[in-house]
Amino acid sequence: MAAGRRIFRIGTGAGFAADRLDAAIDLARRGELDVLVLECLGERTVAFAHRDRLADPRRGYNHLLDRRMCALLPVCQASGTTIITNMGAANPRAAAERTHEIARDLGISGLRIACIEGDDVSGLVSADQHFMDEPGTIATIQHQIVGMNAYLGADAIVPALDTGADVVIGGRLADPSMYLAPLMRHFGWKNNDVDSLASGTLVGHLMECGMQITGGYFADPGIKDVPDLARCGYPIAEVSENGSAVITKLPGTGGCVTEATVKEQLLYEVHDPAKYLTPDVTADFSHVQIKDHGDDRVQVSNAAGQPRPDHLKVTVGFDAGVLAEAGVSYAGPSASARGRLAAEIVESRLKSVHRLKSDIRIDLIGAGSLFATAGKVSPDSEDVRLHVATRTANREEAELLLWEVEALLCCGPAGGGGFRGVITPAIMTKSVLIDRAIVRPTFETLET
Amino acid sequence: MSPIHRNERNLVRDIAHARAGDKGNTSNVNVWVYDSADFELLKRNLTVERIKREFPQLVRGNVSRYVIEHLHGLNFVMHDALEGGVNASLNLDSHGKSWSYLILGLALES
Repeated sequence: MAAGRRIFRIGTGAGFAADRLDAAIDLARRGELDVLVLECLGERTVAFAHRDRLADPRRGYNHLLDRRMCALLPVCQASGTTIITNMGAANPRAAAERTHEIARDLGISGLRIACIEGDDVSGLVSADQHFMDEPGTIATIQHQIVGMNAYLGADAIVPALDTGADVVIGGRLADPSMYLAPLMRHFGWKNNDVDSLASGTLVGHLMECGMQITGGYFADPGIKDVPDLARCGYPIAEVSENGSAVITKLPGTGGCVTEATVKEQLLYEVHDPAKYLTPDVTADFSHVQIKDHGDDRVQVSNAAGQPRPDHLKVTVGFDAGVLAEAGVSYAGPSASARGRLAAEIVESRLKSVHRLKSDIRIDLIGAGSLFATAGKVSPDSEDVRLHVATRTANREEAELLLWEVEALLCCGPAGGGGFRGVITPAIMTKSVLIDRAIVRPTFETLET
Repeated sequence: MSPIHRNERNLVRDIAHARAGDKGNTSNVNVWVYDSADFELLKRNLTVERIKREFPQLVRGNVSRYVIEHLHGLNFVMHDALEGGVNASLNLDSHGKSWSYLILGLALES
């Protein structure tokens, strides 16, 4: 590989399944990007997608795929930007076929869409497999398995890029690997060049949550103010051959990139900063250098690496029935006292009259909820909301919970109003390890 | 620099900022001082023992503290600290995203 290859520009156009689109279109249009990554999967998103797929074999991919592809395919084709995404979720093939259809409908010709499969490892994991970080095996879980997916690394993505794919769609592609793969290809980084792999992984880790590094999830009025958060821009990484990178964003967008936004993201969901495991490398972020150049440009460098793990992480999803939630509000003098009385009534009726077996939790929003277990409650609020919740495999229990909370309107304390109740699907996920030698990613290309 | 005046600093929030993340039933909160001169104060105030002492009902497992000396930050890894985690917790915030403000809400003691 020739020395001094040009700076490579990667942008993030989604950092989670429900992320914004307008800022992604702006970035694709003005960002002069080599690659746009749409990271749309969390641990549990895949399991929910498996449920969708079980209900309809044509579904099981990101709900916003149509909107995203309709808007971004023409812009990215015009700018020569490759799209890499895990929007395929539990059904990458259907996602790729749908993208192909959208491209044809838009009259885009010569588009190469690579579909990566092989992350679905159902059948390759035995029921006596132990969980990664808790006691138990798959066989000890009473719920039905909906799907299991291995985290695929850059080695699953690079071959698809090698064939000149314009769009790469996979399922459980590991978040940072979607950034590392095009960097390995552009700079010719090899599998044993662990410091470069760690540097690319650092870029991916910082970028994968989208606006969490450009001022999103950061603002705290008066002490950490962020300009124009309503029009926050997605991040851009300008990566150099030596692995250092400048994190920035488009001029004219809201948000900010500062030393502080980068620091918060550096250790987001990281445990030991010296051992961040991905399918590609064991990355050491503990000596990372951060240099704020001002004007929303922050340079990061000095990640180090050790070889990648021999095993891949697998997320196993189980159907855990439903989550039932219902609430009623109380306001004015004695609101908290009336809310507490309502809580006692609901608890008593669910347990003694209906004999609910599942655990129930009752919160008084406004007087103590998120921090209730931590011991932080404010006893005298003038605006509280009773919130009652359970997880259950028995839908009858869920419906009873909603009914009892609604019944408070006539049978509970004075002045209660604003009943709402919802029952939503619940899933449970567990992690196991799989020998990477038996996971065989493949790809197939569709052309328009 | 923190915009909070030196004489008006009562909480960890007045000298530091933080972000929380979750993996299963484990929460991690990274905490960074605005001004490197406050790092020793932060380290004195946020110890493993203090975290366990402040939230015994919530933080039930082991707590580790990683010190990132040159960036003036701490990373707390709190096991069995998410009421079962996003799979099982009935807390409205089943990810414990707000745990960053549990830490930032602690008083500066020394």
